[in-house]
Amino acid sequence: MNGFKDIEHLFRFAGLFVIAILVFLVVRGFIVPKSFGEYGHYRAAAIPQIAALPLHYAGHQACISCHSDIQAVKSKGMHAGVNCEACHGALEKHVLDPINVVPVKLNTAVLCVRCHAASAAKPKSFPQVNAAEHANGIACETCHNPHSPAIDAGGTK
Amino acid sequence: MTGVEGYMYPNEIRLYWSVLIVLYPYITGLVAGAFILASLERIFRVEAVKPTYRLALLTAMAFLLDAPLPLLFHLGHPERAWEMYFTPHKTSAMAMFGYVYLWYLMAVLTFEIWLDYRRDIVLRSQQTKGILRVIYKIMTLGSSNISERALNIDERVGWLVTLIGIPSAFLLHGYVGFIFGSLKSNPWWDSPLMPVVFIFSAMVSGIAAVMLFYMLLTKMRHKTIDMRCVDAIAMYMFYIFIIDFSLEMLDLVHRIYEANESFRSLNFLVHTKLYFSQIILQILIGTITPLVLLFITQVVKLPEIARKRMYTVSGILALIGIFAMRWNVVIGGQLFSKSFLGYTSYKIHLVTREGLLVALGLTMLPLIFLWILLKLLPPWEDEGAHAPAAGD
Ligand code: HEC
Ligand code: HEC
Ligand code: HEC
Ligand code: HEC
Repeated sequence: MNGFKDIEHLFRFAGLFVIAILVFLVVRGFIVPKSFGEYGHYRAAAIPQIAALPLHYAGHQACISCHSDIQAVKSKGMHAGVNCEACHGALEKHVLDPINVVPVKLNTAVLCVRCHAASAAKPKSFPQVNAAEHANGIACETCHNPHSPAIDAGGTK
Repeated sequence: MTGVEGYMYPNEIRLYWSVLIVLYPYITGLVAGAFILASLERIFRVEAVKPTYRLALLTAMAFLLDAPLPLLFHLGHPERAWEMYFTPHKTSAMAMFGYVYLWYLMAVLTFEIWLDYRRDIVLRSQQTKGILRVIYKIMTLGSSNISERALNIDERVGWLVTLIGIPSAFLLHGYVGFIFGSLKSNPWWDSPLMPVVFIFSAMVSGIAAVMLFYMLLTKMRHKTIDMRCVDAIAMYMFYIFIIDFSLEMLDLVHRIYEANESFRSLNFLVHTKLYFSQIILQILIGTITPLVLLFITQVVKLPEIARKRMYTVSGILALIGIFAMRWNVVIGGQLFSKSFLGYTSYKIHLVTREGLLVALGLTMLPLIFLWILLKLLPPWEDEGAHAPAAGD
């Protein structure tokens, strides 16, 4: 009994540790979301939450169901692989109500250089121009049809 | 783009790891180094350094409390920091380090300090009044047993804790080097020598800091400096410094001899943007000069006052040199392009979240911690708790 008396304080310190670990586990139980780790290192319940968010993009299929004329032009040109909404922006609202929600007119001086401005970091095979020299202030769609931009392909408006 | 020469990939132009990430390994290094000095007395029974034993522990504690702050400032969102503990990612070195940090803080440093000071704490809890008495009472954890046998047991348990503490200190700081050394994307960092170099430079900086604190505080208390102690510390600092320097030179020679595809670019960097901080500050002023000074004190019999001055100067220079080393590693590693065709530059801001003022504040903060710890737990043998408490 006497032997324990002299190490009793060590147990007090150890007790502090045990309490700290218990508090940690309890707090962890409250803080960590229930569905954490179900599929991976994240909260599984986040998936339905995100899925329930309002849509902004309608998707290519939606556009071509009404604008098949544009798709017919586009699918033959160099922009075949570029999604409608990559240029026109998110248009779910327009799809739901095409008459009242009309997409805004695009400004090609801003739009086209977003992808085609010359930069050494882009692969050489990607078509790129120095807009100031190439267009000299004239709007791109004056010469290029945005939906089928190659000039020699006869896409000129 | 300002500050860019040649070709940089777009994501390389801005430096992501700022001066705070320089500060972080510097501070953990001081912790590890101070602790190793304390363990010299405890484990290796170097009696001469005994006067600094407790001071070294308190220094380690003060800097350890400060160590995570640069990271929190750098990352922002301190309220999310806990998630690293609650949902750690098992493949993340950083997440695992969170536990090493806690382990080191609680199981090693706090426990060792508590064991060593228990007698003082108990005596003070009986001698002081008011709020201090409450604080000391809490620190006793309700046990006032300071019998011969209990203290004897504390001594032996403390020894064991220090023994565990040495690898923990190595782990704490070796990991910082590991984080850099394991980045295969960056030829400036990618080296298995990195953790080893970090540990040895940490020891040098920690020992230098404790030595300087000891001399300064003894002067401020108008007591005489124990020259036997300072001589011993300086000797250890000298030896470890030599190992540290040799390792860094080994790394350098290896890079020069290997001369892989990054060499020309890095070589250019060292001769231009890093010339001052690497060649002048780190190697000439921060390493060679203190090494020469310490060498002189080892081979020539100098009078006390000359030794003191030389120790002080070499201690300060070593601290500067090792800060420069951290700077060159962290900032230097981000100044060149992975294309090896260009260089960017780092401009430190003054009053931003990662600016100069925050960095200075975080460097000063441990000194405030240390001051509080020194008030609460005076490490000096000549004014222990047996003296009348009114003196404090
Ligand atoms: C339900 C059929 C429908 C769908 C689906 C649809 N649209 Fe329309 N869109 C219309 C109609 C009808 C108009 C003409 C509105 C008007 O002129 O008043 C129109 C007009 C436009 C205009 C403006 C034409 C102009 O004259 O300025 C653009 C651009 C456009 N749509 C793009 C898209 C895109 C991109 C999508 C896919 C996200 C899309 N639309 C999906 C029916 C549809
Ligand atoms: C490369 C960018 C780009 C892509 C991809 C693109 N558009 Fe356009 N679109 C434009 C530009 C530029 C205009 C002309 C300016 C305007 O009317 O806003 C335009 C005009 C239109 C117009 C009205 C004028 C016209 O020619 O009838 C419709 C409708 C349209 N786009 C629908 C579509 C649909 C549907 C798709 C996908 C099949 C699509 N766009 C893909 C850039 C693009
Ligand atoms: C979202 C990015 C994007 C935008 C915006 C965009 N393009 Fe393109 N463009 C492309 C891609 C992708 C190609 C195909 C490149 C390829 O296949 O090599 C292309 C091809 C072209 C080509 C064909 C070059 C050739 O070799 O014949 C021209 C011309 C062109 N775009 C002009 C324009 C114009 C004008 C606009 C503005 C109306 C525009 N682009 C907007 C992505 C874009
Ligand atoms: C005055 C008429 C004109 C205007 C305006 C114009 N282009 Fe062109 N662009 C051409 C012609 C013609 C070609 C094809 C000749 C060639 O390949 O050099 C061409 C080719 C291109 C190409 C392909 C270059 C390559 O290397 O394959 C791109 C990309 C392009 N234009 C983008 C633009 C953009 C973006 C704008 C608006 C800023 C624009 N163009 C405005 C006439 C024009």
